[in-house]
Amino acid sequence: MEAGTEPEKGIGTTDSQGTRKGFFSLPTLSRHASRGWRLIPLLVAALVLIPVGTVVSSLFTPAGEVWQHLAETTLPDLLANTFWLALGVLAGVTLLGVSLAWFTAVCEFPGRQFFSWALLLPFAMPAYVTAFVALGLFDYIGPVQTTLREWFGPDLFWFPNVRSRTGVIIVMILAFYPYVYLLARNAFLTQGKRSLEAAQSLGLSRTQGFFKVALPMARPWIAGGAMLALMETLADFGTVAVFNYDTFTTAIYKAWFAMFSLPAASQLASLLIVIVFAMIILEQQFRSQMRYAEIRQSARAHLITLSGWQKWGVTGFASATLFFAFLLPVAQLGIWATRVFARDFDQRYLEFLWHSLLLSGFAVLLTCSVALLMVYAARRQPGRATRAAVRISTLGYALPGTVLAVGIFIPIAWLDNQLSEMAMQLFHMETGLLIQGTLATMLIAYMTRFLAVSYSPIDSAMQRITSSIDEAAMGLGLSGWSMLRRIHLPMLRSGVFTAATLVFVDVMKEMPITLMTRPFGWDTLAVRIFEMTSEGEWEQAALPAVALVLAGLLPLIFFMRQSEK
Amino acid sequence: MKTLLELSAIRHAYGQQRVVNDLSLTLGKGIIGCLLGPSGCGKTTVLRCIAGFEPVSAGKILLNGTVLSSSSVMTPPERRHIGMVFQDYALFPHLSVVDNIGFGLHSMQKGERSARIAEMLKTVGLADSAKKYPHQLSGGQQQRVALARALAPRPELLLLDEPFSNLDVSLRGRLSLEVRDILKSQNATAILVTHDQDEAFAIADEIGVMHHGEIQQWDTAYNLYHKPANRFVANFIGEGVFLPGKMLARQQVEIELGTLAGDIPHQCAPDCRLCQEGNVVDVLIRPDDIVHDDASPVQAKVMQKAFRGADILYTLQLPGGSTALSLVPSHHNHAIGEKIGIRLEAEHVVAFSQTAP
Repeated sequence: MEAGTEPEKGIGTTDSQGTRKGFFSLPTLSRHASRGWRLIPLLVAALVLIPVGTVVSSLFTPAGEVWQHLAETTLPDLLANTFWLALGVLAGVTLLGVSLAWFTAVCEFPGRQFFSWALLLPFAMPAYVTAFVALGLFDYIGPVQTTLREWFGPDLFWFPNVRSRTGVIIVMILAFYPYVYLLARNAFLTQGKRSLEAAQSLGLSRTQGFFKVALPMARPWIAGGAMLALMETLADFGTVAVFNYDTFTTAIYKAWFAMFSLPAASQLASLLIVIVFAMIILEQQFRSQMRYAEIRQSARAHLITLSGWQKWGVTGFASATLFFAFLLPVAQLGIWATRVFARDFDQRYLEFLWHSLLLSGFAVLLTCSVALLMVYAARRQPGRATRAAVRISTLGYALPGTVLAVGIFIPIAWLDNQLSEMAMQLFHMETGLLIQGTLATMLIAYMTRFLAVSYSPIDSAMQRITSSIDEAAMGLGLSGWSMLRRIHLPMLRSGVFTAATLVFVDVMKEMPITLMTRPFGWDTLAVRIFEMTSEGEWEQAALPAVALVLAGLLPLIFFMRQSEK
Repeated sequence: MKTLLELSAIRHAYGQQRVVNDLSLTLGKGIIGCLLGPSGCGKTTVLRCIAGFEPVSAGKILLNGTVLSSSSVMTPPERRHIGMVFQDYALFPHLSVVDNIGFGLHSMQKGERSARIAEMLKTVGLADSAKKYPHQLSGGQQQRVALARALAPRPELLLLDEPFSNLDVSLRGRLSLEVRDILKSQNATAILVTHDQDEAFAIADEIGVMHHGEIQQWDTAYNLYHKPANRFVANFIGEGVFLPGKMLARQQVEIELGTLAGDIPHQCAPDCRLCQEGNVVDVLIRPDDIVHDDASPVQAKVMQKAFRGADILYTLQLPGGSTALSLVPSHHNHAIGEKIGIRLEAEHVVAFSQTAP
């Protein structure tokens, strides 16, 4: 049977040696030039590998005095802080994410449909915004404690200290649980109900079925979501900075900008990267399990009906989560922003906004173009080398911004020195620093970090253009640019749009790379928030934060529209 | 024979739409029953009502005389002792074949449990794949695991929801006979749901043809084909055409091709007016009722032909202009447009009044 269909498939795509040419040929590219496609992923992979290599290599270079000092004084604290933070967030996002996913996917309770999407809203909140709002609200001088003191007297010994390890952990759980929620809910929706019925027909109650079947089946998704949350936690800079809770990311920043020791920063970064790599390996493991566990979506079974107090309990639980993770911070931001609006909405604010938009725009352009090229390269020149290169290139999303900043700054500084020395020797010219402290450094860093974000939607759009679609188009006389214009671009459009939106918002929210590699005086909204919050000026941080939250809602709305279809 | 399952006038509705309409049936112990019908006829819903995944709004479901479902009673699925094989098998992807099969044996002792698993593995012929995971199995193997898993706890009743629809056609025929042997070897009572009559005929002892949420006829395969209770069953089961006929006497009807004599349709009650002399009726003529005979004076024109290996199914235009089907051994190979001699050779007369549904 296969032999019978082969010649048909080959029409128009088989050359004299019988090997199949690329699915798609641009008229300007000869066959030889098409080999060049392979270079693109390799180049991009190198771009990711350079900062990683730079940072990792400092693991093996002799450390300076500053490092000695750090290792003796702060390193044990850093490790402990990072460990407890990671553990706490991991436990919290898993519990919160899985339980909410289960309730909204399988149980019937008042407001279920609303909460199904509303519980994703915290995705729009950068963690550091939730963090400073929480501090502003619940700190000693905040409105909550002030009010309580008025009611119960000055002695609020029972009120927990917000500026604590628990405080950071809770804020990060509220900010990152949607990762677990989204993935676990997907798993429960596609397989939970049918397999629950199977378990029931084998004599298990629904509660037993949840623990024995639904939960273990969803494990790869849950673990995948938890890993994403964990990577965000390890990469986080803004939240821990607001709380003055020292982790590797803040230590890297301080080593560089307070102690002016790039080697020490790099040493710290190398330790962080080792931890992150361990996470990546785990995450890839879970991802491969997901493939095997995949099951076709089957007809829907009934939702579990909960008893009276149970269902209102669930509604209360979901409402509380939504309230603390989204509604309360947004409301507080709104109050602060209106209070300072008249004073702060000035030329400078517009400049922050303009810088943020400009950077995000450029980053979108660069990142999406590179992603498109990579996707085409993977299509035209599939092979082990290309696959490996694509994989490496998209690993940048796991690199914490602080690590990336260090890893990119060092080679660029070296390159700058080489260039100016060369200019000096050849032309006796004083060139100064050419690349350092320019937008180019930032854009490369953004591209490295967010390539995966733009790659996956474009890639999945490309997967939908099957080879038979190409062949059908060829059979109807389309080729080269007309194929690109009439088939590929329309089919890729929504993928590219998703990619652009996601990168745009991510760059808007990005804090450490911007902070550490920006040209002098180039302040963005995120930088402004960092500066204001490090002085405890919550109100003044609110206005830029509002812009970030609004931008963060964009991809969410887009995403929800799509999933409704 | 002891009655195991009884459905009495059960009703089920999704919102305003009534999917199961006062449906009744009884199933004896050890019998394999089948609900056969086009998609959307409500057959899967009936199965899910029996399993306890759907409630009934009226009527009763009894197993061994105990009410499982009624408008006021709803025994949860896990306490019904009814096994189910799902259309997509719903195997647990995180468990091996052994653990899937042993899943419902949680109340057994360890030794007893592994003995039962080993027995089931042997029964379905998967002893070599015990340690594999579902994604490592072929579709047919997955189907067998699903069957073994459902049978392992020795359920009172086994339900199979379109169990072969995910398999390719060549496998279906073989596996359906195999499944019948397995069910019989385990003395299982089962109900199968399918839209494929070949499948139903291969597995089931008794078949109920369903339409619009009602059972049109509950009978053996032979009777469904040769003695359909109404036009829907006559059309749905097998092939055939209706030709107008005139009753000559109580047991004689004249159609274009000649006079048929024989059993009056079995559902014809003594006071029915269908078989009164002079009545005009529709007579069901199956392809095997018309035989090819070169010597016959009746000549029909070949309009279409479908080669089926041993036979050819000819669509013929009768001299009077109406159409009929004829199954002819395939070495009688005639071209379209050719005229061939035919002769009527029917053992049963199936006739419906022209106004009857």
